[in-house]
Amino acid sequence: MIWETVRLSLISIRRNVLRSFLTLLGIVIGVAAVIAMLTIGSGTTEKVKADISKLGSNLLVVRSGRPAGPGGPGGLDQVVRPLAEKDLAALVAHLSGARAISPASQKQVRVIFGTESLTSGVTGTDSAYLDARDWKLVSGRPFSDSETRSGAGVCLIGETVRQQFFGAGDPEGEIIRVNRTSCKIIGLLEPKGYTGFGQDQDNVVLMPLAAYQRRIAGNRDIDSIYIAADDRTPTTELQPRVEDILRDTRRITPDRDDDFSIRDMTQIADAMASATTTMTGMLGAVAGVSLLVGGIGIMNIMLVSVTERTREIGIRLAIGAHEKHILIQFLVEATVLSLLGGIIGILIGLALAGIASVALTIPFAPSPAVILLAVGFSALIGMVFGFFPALRGARLDPIDALRHE
Amino acid sequence: MSGPVFISFDKVLKTYGQGEARVHALAGVDLAIRKGEFVAIMGPSGSGKSTAMNIIGCLDTPTAGTYSFEGIDAGRLDRNRRALLRNLYVGFVFQGYNLLPRTTAAENVELPLIYRGVARSERRALAMQALAEVGLVGREHHTPAELSGGQQQRVAIARAIVTRPTLLVADEPTGNLDTARTHEIMELLTRLNAELGLTIAMVTHEADVAAYAERTIRFLDGHVASDSAKLEVA
Repeated sequence: MIWETVRLSLISIRRNVLRSFLTLLGIVIGVAAVIAMLTIGSGTTEKVKADISKLGSNLLVVRSGRPAGPGGPGGLDQVVRPLAEKDLAALVAHLSGARAISPASQKQVRVIFGTESLTSGVTGTDSAYLDARDWKLVSGRPFSDSETRSGAGVCLIGETVRQQFFGAGDPEGEIIRVNRTSCKIIGLLEPKGYTGFGQDQDNVVLMPLAAYQRRIAGNRDIDSIYIAADDRTPTTELQPRVEDILRDTRRITPDRDDDFSIRDMTQIADAMASATTTMTGMLGAVAGVSLLVGGIGIMNIMLVSVTERTREIGIRLAIGAHEKHILIQFLVEATVLSLLGGIIGILIGLALAGIASVALTIPFAPSPAVILLAVGFSALIGMVFGFFPALRGARLDPIDALRHE
Repeated sequence: MSGPVFISFDKVLKTYGQGEARVHALAGVDLAIRKGEFVAIMGPSGSGKSTAMNIIGCLDTPTAGTYSFEGIDAGRLDRNRRALLRNLYVGFVFQGYNLLPRTTAAENVELPLIYRGVARSERRALAMQALAEVGLVGREHHTPAELSGGQQQRVAIARAIVTRPTLLVADEPTGNLDTARTHEIMELLTRLNAELGLTIAMVTHEADVAAYAERTIRFLDGHVASDSAKLEVA
């Protein structure tokens, strides 16, 4: 009986192709919007997570200045005291649970090779930096300990710098000018691409910290210290230890706040991912409202359909249709309609998300759960919004219905 | 030719409206029809013939009095039970044919069988048989728009008899047809009455159509004005 009714409803949908299509449009647009939003949203979340993990996983970054909070970083009451080599030495000596500890000072500097020039992020650091940031070399070698200590004129370059100066060629052994000093390229860093904020992570030149301090910065400050946790130690456990050591070496009395900040990149990644998830949810909810509008469209057209087919209902009732037969017929028709709209909407939504993922270079991440939910929801909309018109049809008096013109 | 009393009206009253606007469509009608009879019901508009017809076909119920259908007090049944009664025992033929548009002849004929829960293959066979009985072999897959008025009425008659009803209710079955087609349809009804023993109650306002019936009941102002074969209500 049910199967027969589904077949009947398909026939009646086919009989009014244009009207059925217009009815579907509301549901199609609603479902397509929801599916596209949620799929693009989850792709963005994945992209953000991947971007942040490019910065290095399980990474703590220590900077000078009070942590951001009420009053903002570095209030008027305190002069920002930069990080110093003794802070780094204390961490290296006393911190347990760290895989790599590395200092970094950075500045945007003009880099020149031959007649070409490029403004690049020049970082002074040591050989542990690559380990801390999960960064590998495509070719060449890292700084040796003696080069780090002496501040030798050697450097590692990123992919963007290589392309600017050497095209696809091998940069090893070439001498580039950084500011007023020159340094020899000893290695090429593996490409990392852009961050989610549009920053090119490959436009970099790494050199030994001592060389950077002496020849570029002109001081002995350290901008930040990167600390990578080992596999057994969560960053949340490592952070208080770092804080204790630094408060101790920097002689901060218990009544005073930290004059440095520790940023947990994992937490930032989670926070950003959850922010995009929230955003996705909100956009999805807005798109969901259009589904509701689509449902009202179904109700409207089913009421028209019941009125238009009053005579048909009269015939069916006269030849012995039970009230429930008419009810089921129109209910199934509404459900089949909106389900059809839902399926078309899913296909369009996925296509849109696919196009967007290419255009925005984010992963295409369709979720089976979301798709199933959309199918279920569109069927539900058909049932809910089809019920009232169906009931109206089923309650018709056969004599009046037969007289209806 | 006629069997025992099949349907009977006992002081059937049917009123519409309230207070001053109250109209007595049927003002206490007594009537009996025997199994196998072919009855023509005539009368001017507003005489109550259509109301009587609707009650006979179990589409409507009396305001007062008793309508008994094969011993069942059909006037007291709820609408779903009457639907079942119609599906099992009554076939309908209307003036305007009332076929489902854009639906083939065979599918139209199958319709009452669907509500009876007959399996699909059996339905198709029964529909073909009914279409053959009304002389429409080869037109099974035509839609009403592709059939003439006379052919459409034949499809409607096939739909009415496919369930093998005991009663056929025909409401001006030839009202939309020309004379030649009218006589074809009336001959078909006469044949079904004779061959299947089908009881037929037919409303008409044409005397030559009524002449096909073996009995004519005339209504006037909600009463039976004349009955060509006065039967004693048992």
